[in-house]
Amino acid sequence: MEITNEMRDLGDLIEKYFKNEVDPVVAEYDAKGELPEKIYNDLIEMGLNLLAVPTEFDGLMVDHKTETYIAEILGRHDCGIASAIGVNTSACATMNFFGKDEQKKDFFGILTSGKLAGFCLTEPNAGSDSASVKTTAVLDGDEYVLNGTKCFITNGGIAGVYIVFASTDLSKGTKGLSAFYVESDREGLIIGKHEDKMGIRLSNTTQVIFEDCRIPKDHLIGEEGKGFKYAMKTLGTSRNFVGGMAVGLAQRAIDECVEYAKSRVQFGKPIAYKQGIQFMLADMQTQTAAARELTYHAADLIDKNGDYEMYVSMSKLFASDVAMKVTTDGVQIFGGYGYMKEYPMEKLMRDAKILQIYEGTNQIQRVVISNIMLSK
Amino acid sequence: MNILVCIKQVPDTTEIKINPETNTLMREGVPSIVNTFDSYALELGVRLKEEHGGKVTVMSMGPDQAKAALKECLSVGADEAYLLSDRAFGGSDTLATSFILASFAEHLEKEKGKFDLILCGKQAIDGDTGQVGPEMAEHLDIAQVTYATDIKAEGNKTLVKRENDQGYDWIEVLSPAVITVTKSGFEPRYATLKSKIAANKAEIHVLDSQSINIDVEKCGLKGSPTKVKKSYTPKKENNGIIINEETASASVQKLMSLITDKKVI
Ligand SMILES: Cc1cc2nc3c(=O)[nH]c(=O)nc-3n(C[C@H](O)[C@H](O)[C@H](O)COP(=O)(O)OP(=O)(O)OC[C@H]3O[C@@H](n4cnc5c(N)ncnc54)[C@H](O)[C@@H]3O)c2cc1C
Ligand SMILES: Cc1cc2nc3c(=O)[nH]c(=O)nc-3n(C[C@H](O)[C@H](O)[C@H](O)COP(=O)(O)OP(=O)(O)OC[C@H]3O[C@@H](n4cnc5c(N)ncnc54)[C@H](O)[C@@H]3O)c2cc1C
Repeated sequence: MEITNEMRDLGDLIEKYFKNEVDPVVAEYDAKGELPEKIYNDLIEMGLNLLAVPTEFDGLMVDHKTETYIAEILGRHDCGIASAIGVNTSACATMNFFGKDEQKKDFFGILTSGKLAGFCLTEPNAGSDSASVKTTAVLDGDEYVLNGTKCFITNGGIAGVYIVFASTDLSKGTKGLSAFYVESDREGLIIGKHEDKMGIRLSNTTQVIFEDCRIPKDHLIGEEGKGFKYAMKTLGTSRNFVGGMAVGLAQRAIDECVEYAKSRVQFGKPIAYKQGIQFMLADMQTQTAAARELTYHAADLIDKNGDYEMYVSMSKLFASDVAMKVTTDGVQIFGGYGYMKEYPMEKLMRDAKILQIYEGTNQIQRVVISNIMLSK
Repeated sequence: MNILVCIKQVPDTTEIKINPETNTLMREGVPSIVNTFDSYALELGVRLKEEHGGKVTVMSMGPDQAKAALKECLSVGADEAYLLSDRAFGGSDTLATSFILASFAEHLEKEKGKFDLILCGKQAIDGDTGQVGPEMAEHLDIAQVTYATDIKAEGNKTLVKRENDQGYDWIEVLSPAVITVTKSGFEPRYATLKSKIAANKAEIHVLDSQSINIDVEKCGLKGSPTKVKKSYTPKKENNGIIINEETASASVQKLMSLITDKKVI
């Protein structure tokens, strides 16, 4: 995969910022479980919430290769922040695919005014099984009235606007789902429980509850009943961001391990002299390199509008499994120090786990991949 | 305010090594950056523009690759960028360099109007002479202030905070003036993704000796009275000894015994 000068230029800027301003404080905010306001403001100032906002609406609209590259750099430094940006990008994708110009102007205007977007699909009883969504949207005159509870929503407490999937006809299952956009200051939109998480603790994850929340009729995206299709189409591209993050996270773990193995002396020599360690490092790098190629290949297919869906699922599946494996081995290479919060490895391992779960669990990715294989 | 900032592209000296055999800098693979002090000069220039309106132009003399440094400047607030590039400029010492930069400034002023301020870095982190800015002021026959950490414009007065060994002075200077800037309290801003993309697409005006109508006899090797005879890495001396006994007289006694032991006296 060739990284173009244009990509590198953006990447260098983000890398420099994260190295100087985020790395030094990341452990502190990981412990607190919050995103500091200054970093939030800087991310917005830098324009990371505008990656998938079209240029005609004052955004950046980078291609998917660039987006993947940025995801990789963010993943290197903090997967919590990367998740906030990734989900924001997913929400933009739904609007880009299916929104009308008027809606885009409205929705993207909220982002250019300095806000993030959220993506509300999951409910307590509808995770992998999105067809079981019970949040309802009932048309009442010129308005839809929303009722229900969304959970595990990234950016839940900080977003300015959400893409929300709700049923306009419960009897129809998936065919009753519809997509809407809802501003966070609508009456009846309540931010619920703030989740205390194992990893990605700089990201904000909450319930988002709708209690007779009224939105204008024109906030329906596309057609009623097509929401499930829209959600799948969105995740079918946006989960490549997770692939990128996973590659960045894995590479970071490897780089930390290489440094550590060279400096940790046992039996009179750095542990890097032990073939047992060398082979682990070689496997970690090989798997990560393979994951990187797969992820950029998937991004390239999206950019070229090829048959990308299976590749995006494979990228998300493989890269996140690699990140989990590499960070688990990373902790092993660090020994007892790997288990301690004073060293970077344990956070990387905690952060890696989510990548196998959200944006469709890795089991669900296998379902997607095999369905495509078998339907041919 | 119409502000010109002179930018030098330099190797990132934090990463540079010296070839022990030839005693020259090993430049291969060393990333190039905007001279650190020039970034501070640009930040001050952009802050003045933001407060008082006007325009910030950046310029650099150097090879084609210096465009990257100029683009970097465009992404953090400069409005327009010029690269001065000509074989005849190669080998310039500080006198020739400052003559070329001054001639460029005069040339540009004919088209774009007078500069109120010309900002330079205090020194380049590779050449380290700190001569180019002051020499430029002499060529242009205008005022100069060095070691600036802040600049305030009030009406037609310019106030410059100048660092000195004891603290600082506020100096009033008439425009136009050359001001050389040192590290200030204003950290250079980060670019945004948008400004980066815009800077990448922006045009860098490239000028040569003809287009600024300069006397090439005063440029490059021909125009450089400085001749480098030899360059070498100074030998690393052993560290000294620090004597710090409980009392002054104990220290003196220890010092004396060290000296007499070595039979120096
Ligand atoms: C930190 C975090 C952030 C999140 N952010 C968002 C967000 O912004 N927006 C949003 O909408 N959602 C978000 N989610 C929700 C996430 O997408 C879901 O948790 C995920 O889809 C899994 O759903 P579930 O938790 O209900 O697990 P379940 O669906 O209950 O799955 C439990 C287990 O069963 C397996 N399983 C389920 N179905 C099958 C099957 N058919 N075949 C084989 N195995 C199966 C799963 O793979 C899993 O291992 C987030 C979750 C977390 C933890
Ligand atoms: C004794 C001596 C002999 C030299 N001989 C040669 C030689 O034979 N061949 C050769 O190639 N070089 C030579 N050089 C290097 C060359 O003179 C310097 O690179 C150049 O003149 C700038 O001087 P400096 O790096 O000390 O900058 P300084 O005077 O320390 O720079 C101060 C400020 O001037 C501005 N500035 C400096 N250079 C530029 C530029 N190119 N474009 C825009 N702004 C600029 C910047 O704002 C900078 O912060 C010599 C240098 C010395 C000291």
